[in-house]
Amino acid sequence: MDFSFDLFGNAILSGLLLGGFYAAVTIGVSISFGMLDIVNIAHPAFIILGSYIAYTANSLLGIDPILASLIALPAFYWLGMAIYQIYHVAFERRGDEALRGLAFFFGLLFITEVSLVLVFGVDYRTVEAVYIGPSIHLGPVDLPLRLLVPFVVSLGLIGLLQLFLSRTFLGRAILAVAQDQLALRLMGADPVRIKRIAFGLSLATASVAGAILIIIQPVEPSIARDYIGRIFAICVMGGLGSFYGTVVAALTLGIVESLTSTFYGPSWTPAVGFGFLLLTLAVRPAGIFGR
Amino acid sequence: MRALPFLLIAILVAAATFGTARLIGNSYVFFAGYVVLQYIVLATAWNILGGYTGYVNFGTAAFLALGAYSSVVIHKLMPMPIPVLIVVGGLVSGIVGLGMGYLTLRLRGSFFSIATLALSVVVQTLIINWDFVGGSRGAYIVRPRTTPLLGMDYVQYLFLVMLTLAVIAVFTARCIERSRLGYGFAAIRDDEAAAEASGVPTLRLKLLATTLSGAFMGMAGAPLPYYVTYIDPSSGFSLAYAVNAIAMPLIGGTASWLGPVIGAVLLGTLQQVTTVTISSALNLLIVGVVLVAFVIVAPNGLIGLVRGTGRGMRR
Repeated sequence: MDFSFDLFGNAILSGLLLGGFYAAVTIGVSISFGMLDIVNIAHPAFIILGSYIAYTANSLLGIDPILASLIALPAFYWLGMAIYQIYHVAFERRGDEALRGLAFFFGLLFITEVSLVLVFGVDYRTVEAVYIGPSIHLGPVDLPLRLLVPFVVSLGLIGLLQLFLSRTFLGRAILAVAQDQLALRLMGADPVRIKRIAFGLSLATASVAGAILIIIQPVEPSIARDYIGRIFAICVMGGLGSFYGTVVAALTLGIVESLTSTFYGPSWTPAVGFGFLLLTLAVRPAGIFGR
Repeated sequence: MRALPFLLIAILVAAATFGTARLIGNSYVFFAGYVVLQYIVLATAWNILGGYTGYVNFGTAAFLALGAYSSVVIHKLMPMPIPVLIVVGGLVSGIVGLGMGYLTLRLRGSFFSIATLALSVVVQTLIINWDFVGGSRGAYIVRPRTTPLLGMDYVQYLFLVMLTLAVIAVFTARCIERSRLGYGFAAIRDDEAAAEASGVPTLRLKLLATTLSGAFMGMAGAPLPYYVTYIDPSSGFSLAYAVNAIAMPLIGGTASWLGPVIGAVLLGTLQQVTTVTISSALNLLIVGVVLVAFVIVAPNGLIGLVRGTGRGMRR
């Protein structure tokens, strides 16, 4: 393909916007995997669940997908707390996270995906909203609102979470449980309760991430798997649990994927995230932006 | 039981299985039986790494597909007998397993698991973009008209090949279990730091387990194109392989060679029945639910349940 600066500029810009969205998709795993050390590989499946809830609310009731995801947020929070409770009782307390805990989340991923297939089928689904379609034109580059709105929502979500973690007592307790559980217990706080809340929060982000996913692209149940690699690549690259690292890594991956898609073809993009992940794990497992 | 009597008994069981299938005389028995046998090999291979050393591999489908696609490549260049294809498939997957392990096994266990998920997608993307093996459209394989063994149709021949492979895989797993190697693996599973401190060469053992496990998965995949006669990336990399290879050992019990065999026979047969009678999506849901239920309620699998609620089962 011919190289042109317009094409290049557009690719960079849509990559940036896409990267912002990837940050929202990853932030839940940054909490669960990065801070709590719970390898929740089912997270992408719950994001797709969020997409389908937004789709159902949008197509049946005509509610805006982002609004629908905010309404569903508490349900995801409670679901997350319930899953953590099972995980804690069945695996964490027995010291069996490595083998059976992983298999548990893999089973959840699989159950969620197959259930969605049984209910909705394997057709691609889309939502309708006023900001899907129009673009803002800035000289030679286009800013599609379909990407801009998710970008803004995503950074807003991460900003709010960051404020919560750094300013509130509960947020600081979550950061503390990530660093030293025993110390937290010595301070008289219950690490299991704190982790339950944190895991609930992590799953709650999946609701919003799901809604903005279905705004950006049509959704079918099995695309969860494409996101597993991206999410963990970003999470590991960003240095596990660092929000700033996550955002920078997500933007980087978004740009690289967008350039790959523009200049080599979209069929290569799934390999980019996974390639990044393998490379990061092999070269610098602490993450490029890690401590 | 010593190794040699065990091997003899395994061969006898296999011969009895084949004899029974011949007696029934229905070609569907061979067709369905092949799938169950393939799962015995996959589950046993997964268990060599997952059950014995405690490292979870989510990339079974990738290793299987590597074996299958090696066969497709060889078939396009110059058709060869299936045993040769199995050796090649095993070599390719074994080498990829070794490379994977070398990149990630020095890290914490969960990184290895995530990387195996990544491997599936990378290999699948490569295959989709590789036109020589059909790309995303898939490839057709024309079976040879004759089989090397007289008086057998081709599916029967494939069944026999997979049966042999299953005996080899189970025998290997049992040999590992009773050897110094097996105790080294178990030491890694129970406490890797302690194993390392007592002089167990952990990295070397883990690499050996990954290579062996990957190789068996590749071997199981090598005859697949001849069995289905048409293979495309989405069926070759189906998540069903990955979830079954994990569910079967965990349901049977991961501590011994018998667990994956029990799990594969039960779950494999159940799926063959439900696919025909109900639907294939629903039968995958059943596998998922059974997997989650077993890891929560019966952590040592059926074998653990039989031996008294799993107490004292962990060697």
